[in-house]
Amino acid sequence: MLKLQTSNFIALFTIIRHELKRITRIWPQTFLPPVITMTLYFLIFGNLIGSRIGLMDGISYVTFIAPGLIIMSIITNAYSNVSASFFSIRFQRSVEELIVSPAASHVILLGYISGGILRGLLVGLGVTLIALFFTKLSIYNWPMLVVTVLLSSILFSLFGFTNALYAKKFDDIAIIPTFILTPLSYLGGVFYSIDLLPAFWYQISLFNPILYIVNAFRYSFLGVSDVNLLLALAMIFLITVGFFIFNLMLLNKGIGIRQ
Amino acid sequence: MQALSIRQLTKTYPNGQQALTGIDFSVEEGDFFALLGPNGAGKSTTIGIITSLVNKTSGQVTVFDTNIDDDFSRAKSYIGLVPQEFNCSIFEKCIDVLINQAGFYGVPYRIAKERAEFFLHKLDLWDKRNIIVRQLSGGMKRRLIIARALVHQPRLLILDEPTAGVDIEIRRMIWDFMREINQAGTTIILTTHYLEEAENLCRNIAIIDQGHLVENTSMRQLLDKLHIETFVLYLAQSISSPPKITNFNLRLIDDMTLEVDVAKEQPMNALFHELSTQSIKILSMRNKNNRLEELFLEMIHQPEESKEVLAAKQIESDEHA
Repeated sequence: MLKLQTSNFIALFTIIRHELKRITRIWPQTFLPPVITMTLYFLIFGNLIGSRIGLMDGISYVTFIAPGLIIMSIITNAYSNVSASFFSIRFQRSVEELIVSPAASHVILLGYISGGILRGLLVGLGVTLIALFFTKLSIYNWPMLVVTVLLSSILFSLFGFTNALYAKKFDDIAIIPTFILTPLSYLGGVFYSIDLLPAFWYQISLFNPILYIVNAFRYSFLGVSDVNLLLALAMIFLITVGFFIFNLMLLNKGIGIRQ
Repeated sequence: MQALSIRQLTKTYPNGQQALTGIDFSVEEGDFFALLGPNGAGKSTTIGIITSLVNKTSGQVTVFDTNIDDDFSRAKSYIGLVPQEFNCSIFEKCIDVLINQAGFYGVPYRIAKERAEFFLHKLDLWDKRNIIVRQLSGGMKRRLIIARALVHQPRLLILDEPTAGVDIEIRRMIWDFMREINQAGTTIILTTHYLEEAENLCRNIAIIDQGHLVENTSMRQLLDKLHIETFVLYLAQSISSPPKITNFNLRLIDDMTLEVDVAKEQPMNALFHELSTQSIKILSMRNKNNRLEELFLEMIHQPEESKEVLAAKQIESDEHA
């Protein structure tokens, strides 16, 4: 039993090492695009347009949008890493290397989630450094920052994993980011406070999970939030646990990986 | 101890195709075992079930006394698989493929690296260790997946057509290496379409056809079933008609080549004596067809009724056991 547990730890670290190598090997695809995109956001929305908008929740516009842009980079990269990496090994059939090994399903899942977290963190760190060229940021609440980053990158890694299991072709892993993730991010209060919305759209916005993530993260920097933070964290946590169990079930059943 | 035991294994795919209809066979530890059958017979499905690439419909699979339904992780830790189709990540370096595979089996990095280097040397891939996989030739890719299957030192090695598409030199090299691995104690199960390969390497054999087990015996006993062999004789001088020799039916293929059918119990001395008497000199001779190939074709071309009889016999013998 102990031997198998040790084996599982080694397998987990092997997957993480493999993912880290992949992320750094293809850095022009993993680091460069978010860094360029976010630099443009800060330049256009933060500096050029933001200076005309004035204050948002009593904070300069560029400072207001900075946390949202950072967390948006983290979640989209966590998602993309897992969906692209796992679908790629399914596509090449090298996923069979993992399936035939004694590594447990939860180890495989944890390994890929760790890869998503790592890329999310690395890109998030890069975007934060860029943000510091445009505004001053200080941490208001460290525990909230750590919990929000971890929970949201785990959650979006899990979304990416589900997508990778069901995808039949490379186009399928682009559908979710294009048609769901990006619209929800833009409508999740990255660029505005939802207090500005009419009552109907305000209520609709409360169903957007990214709103809670953005607000929890913004609170950890600026100490302001449009939503109840306890509710926000509880929601993110519950959805994360639910999706972890769901993915584990898919892996154990062999959906997308076994005949 | 049995390295592998399969009991009443069935597999029906979601589209209704019945790939396995309740097969039984076992492989003893240390054996070199051939699992043969025509395309679509159920060999790869069987291997897929043993290695967890395919979910079984029913039946029992035990690997070194570990039932896959009780502890599949432990059972899988005993197995190394060389798949029929190449399935490495093509963007990785050869050495990384081996180190990662060992890691998935719980081999610590330092040991994994040593073993990877050993197998890269052993399979003549050392110069390619830092090359990315997609730059390898077909034969190199085959050797890489053999090394990958061995890097965690499995007790049971399953080779699904390991020499398909490789040239004769590499095939011979792989044969020698497989013999060496087997002599060192690793149990090997081999599926192949090269029946000469199975005849040369394997001690025991199972033949599957359309999801039924049609034969499960030792290679020697199976080859004993062959009653007539056809030999090709190459002559030193040309002749115009086939010689008449009692009890032997000789045919002239061309003016320098004869063909003769010889029954299993029939000594060939008389044939050579008569040919010598008639001043026909033989330069060399060979079997016209591979012996196992003859039997294989005979078995898989049996009418459906005979297969059902075979399946019934199998059930009967299991009940007696």
